[in-house]
Amino acid sequence: MSHLVDPVLVLVLLANFFLLGTSRLRAIINATALQGVLLGSLTLLVHHELSVRPVLIALGATFIKAMAIPWLLSRAAREAAIRREVEPFIGYIPSLVLGAVGTGLAILFAGTLPLAPQHVGSLLIPTALATMISGFILLTTRRKAITQVAGYLVLENGIFIMGLTLIEAIPFFVEIGVLLDLLVAIFVMGIMILQISREFSSLDTTRLSNLKE
Amino acid sequence: MAFALVLVPLVFALLALVVPSSAWRVRILPVAGAAHLALTAAVLASPPADALDGWLHLDSLGRLVLGFCSVLYFFTSLYAPGYLASHPERPNRIFCACFLAFIGALSLVTESHHLGLMWVAIESTTLATAPMLNFRGNPRALEATWKYLLIGSVGIALALLGSLFLAYSALAAGLTPSLLFDDLVHDGPSLSRPWLRAAFIMLFVGYGTKMGLAPMHTWKPDAYGEAPGMVGALLAGGLTSCAFLAILRFFRVASAAGDAPFVQNVMLVSGLFSMGVAGAFMARQRDYKRMLAYSSVEHMGILVVGLGIGGGAFFGSLLHMLNNGLTKGVLFLTAANIHQAYKSKSTDDVRGVLRRLPATGALFLAGFFAITGSPPFGPFLSEFTILNAAVTSGRYVVAAVFLVMLVIIFIGMGATVMTLVQGKPSESASATDHRDTLSSVGPSAALLALVLVLGLYVPAPVDHLLRDAAASLEGGR
Repeated sequence: MSHLVDPVLVLVLLANFFLLGTSRLRAIINATALQGVLLGSLTLLVHHELSVRPVLIALGATFIKAMAIPWLLSRAAREAAIRREVEPFIGYIPSLVLGAVGTGLAILFAGTLPLAPQHVGSLLIPTALATMISGFILLTTRRKAITQVAGYLVLENGIFIMGLTLIEAIPFFVEIGVLLDLLVAIFVMGIMILQISREFSSLDTTRLSNLKE
Repeated sequence: MAFALVLVPLVFALLALVVPSSAWRVRILPVAGAAHLALTAAVLASPPADALDGWLHLDSLGRLVLGFCSVLYFFTSLYAPGYLASHPERPNRIFCACFLAFIGALSLVTESHHLGLMWVAIESTTLATAPMLNFRGNPRALEATWKYLLIGSVGIALALLGSLFLAYSALAAGLTPSLLFDDLVHDGPSLSRPWLRAAFIMLFVGYGTKMGLAPMHTWKPDAYGEAPGMVGALLAGGLTSCAFLAILRFFRVASAAGDAPFVQNVMLVSGLFSMGVAGAFMARQRDYKRMLAYSSVEHMGILVVGLGIGGGAFFGSLLHMLNNGLTKGVLFLTAANIHQAYKSKSTDDVRGVLRRLPATGALFLAGFFAITGSPPFGPFLSEFTILNAAVTSGRYVVAAVFLVMLVIIFIGMGATVMTLVQGKPSESASATDHRDTLSSVGPSAALLALVLVLGLYVPAPVDHLLRDAAASLEGGR
């Protein structure tokens, strides 16, 4: 099944570009959920033979990344009654260009690193780096707390893909720990989002600017 | 015993969640602090056996940080009940549970000998502290918590990436990746160098964000400014030391791999830059809690500068970690008293602390002299050790810049502190009924005594811990 890995990774990259170019929150949340599904299936695809462990990790990843967190985010969006990202610090077209440049650099950079024999020619590492860069762009250039959390998720997705290169070497416990931590982190962030929307009656983080020099 | 250090605080945390009475709940904190201190003393006296296939192993660096954090936590937990009792309007159930869970997570950091487990533990310390930052529950506290969570999470994500890179450096070199620190140190020379460097950059930026090194320090002034004083003490003393511990452990791997010069140069530049940023923002700083945050940025800079210089500065840097943490305890706990009495964090409103709160004012002033490296306090000794190592290793430029920064910071911080403690208290300040009590100044007085002791002579057991830890950084065991 490993010949399906690269096509799925291309879909992950496309999802990155979609995220960078859209302003509708619903679309952003759906795209991160889609990435979650892709990541879950990747977990199964990178394995040569299927055993219980990767299946559990795949189920866990899909549940958290594609269901639990998107649900939290859409709930927060509904409560705060917001539909769109407004006036990001960097516009959608420039973000796309930045994302494209980042993806190009990621492929070049990954090419200069010495790889283990099983990863030579694979898209895993370039996609991991490119996804992280896209997440970072979303995180730093958007105003709404929900989009920032989505950006953080994309960043974590990139790291998860990097983790897939090591899935046979890293013990199960840590992977679950990573997923759990992610869940709790986002859960706390979810609560924070609700509190922010109550206190400021908006999820615009530019209003969070009382604290400065 | 290894498990008890983590589990006992968690049991207390559960207890805090179910106890219905606020008055009884806050009394759990000192009990848990004392229990943790006793457990730590037992563990340090007779190191526990490794557990979980070597994932839990208390190395010499871990012993040092564990002992120090437990002492700081104990005194902070003595202070906490009085503070919480004077804020009856704020719910403290979650706060107490997080306060207790924090020391459990922190103990796990010191004990974990596995790169992944340590990452999980450090992430848990972040999660445990976030609700404590939001104790006041007002928009400013919320904003600080949001920034802390977002910036801290990005930092922790980069640290995870660095951990993965480090594991991959073994895979790319054809080794069986092991994430146990001793295995990594052992395999050091054969790890893939480009991946190792990439791992170092990511881990340094990631854990450096947790430490609050410039330019990743931006969460710090907000978080320390809005958090209750005792949380500031735990963050500036405990959490940052844990992140430093992570960097120290990675440093061992890098120097075993023969990459120490590269790593040390990065540390020198970033450390001196942090000191510079702190100096710039501390001048004319009118918010005394933010001033303490920048002081924390400065001292994190000093810690990595010490690591960057190497040799005798390893010992100096580790000693400075203790000195800085304990002195920050004094400063944050007394700052909390000042805040409670004046209801303001600005030097515009706060004057005459020495008259309004004599004991607090004296301790705050002494804490200022200690943290800026005046003899006879501990930080003087450790900063002098680092400076001495810089000069003996021929790094005159580093030594000169280091010294100039210390002087600038002394002047900048001194201007703010003197405005606070001198003069006549305003009318509004005299209106609040906050007075110095044994529970509000006792813990800081005890911490200051420890700082003084460390400045006069380093007691034998502490010296032993420090030398073991410094030796492990120099490449021994």
